[in-house]
Amino acid sequence: MLIQILLVAFSIFVLWRVFLRFRQKELSLGWFIFWIIFWLAVIVVVALPQTTEVVASWLGVGRGVDVAIYVSIVILFYLVFRMFIKIQKIEQNITELTRGKAIEEVKEPKDNERE
Amino acid sequence: MKVIAVIPAYNEEKNIERVIRDLVPHVSEVVLVDDGSIDLTGEKAHRAGAWVLTHSINRGQGAALATGMRFAVDNLNADVVVNYDADGQHSSEEIDGIVKPIMIGQADVVLGSRFLNDNSNVPFFRGMVLKAGILFSRITSGLKVTDTHNGFRAFSGEAVQKIRITQDRMAHASEILDEISRNNLRYVEVPVTIRYTKESMEKGQSSLNSVRIIWEYFSGKLFK
Repeated sequence: MLIQILLVAFSIFVLWRVFLRFRQKELSLGWFIFWIIFWLAVIVVVALPQTTEVVASWLGVGRGVDVAIYVSIVILFYLVFRMFIKIQKIEQNITELTRGKAIEEVKEPKDNERE
Repeated sequence: MKVIAVIPAYNEEKNIERVIRDLVPHVSEVVLVDDGSIDLTGEKAHRAGAWVLTHSINRGQGAALATGMRFAVDNLNADVVVNYDADGQHSSEEIDGIVKPIMIGQADVVLGSRFLNDNSNVPFFRGMVLKAGILFSRITSGLKVTDTHNGFRAFSGEAVQKIRITQDRMAHASEILDEISRNNLRYVEVPVTIRYTKESMEKGQSSLNSVRIIWEYFSGKLFK
């Protein structure tokens, strides 16, 4: 089916991007392995949908496609959660930097002009 | 006793000079934190006699207050830090009243309350939103206060060292109450007058923003 060809092509494209990022050292080894396994699994599930049926019956879920969707949602939520934490941390770091710079570059009051 | 006023300000060039000149006779020093204003807030405050700290980018009122309070205590050795609004809503004559409980050793933190007297012309709808906010903060912090989102407060130097403000935006008001409770600080409320002008209502917080503040409060608390 066309959808299978498109999804496999897309997954190969992403695998290539993951590999590039890793080579440019923008991705740690742990995440590199995670993403490689993830996208290879996507290719297997798309190309051979019957493989998911095995997992589905093993987990007690009706259809193989449902397993794929459930797993995807769980992974998405987890990634959103990670990003949320990360952004909060970055926000706090920016505030700390801004604060440090503000205190370093404080402007003293001009005493002669007071009163 | 060194009493230092800390004013967080964002684009307040219209009022800031008047507010600071009015305040200077009542305190030892004025520290203005210019929270990334794009107008002349910083220059005008400096001209009016304040120490000026500049956030190069806007980080929110909570962040600006925390910057000013840390500076006042660590660098200027403040005995008492007063939080004061930049928009002229507060009355400088009330500084003495808000500082006194700390001076006489009765409290570590003094919170201004606009609901302890009838002087403030609180608009009706704003009053309803504030009351809901008070209920919210009473539940989360366990403190029985009569006004929670009032920017007029005073802290002893030791209290400033203990209180950690991590909420960069508006939810810091609730966070301060949580910190009072967590550190077992002694607090009292004193009546203050808040002047609601047409201008301050336009520039200040929209009542609808309260929903966002609650979201910020909880997300900040969950992922600290």
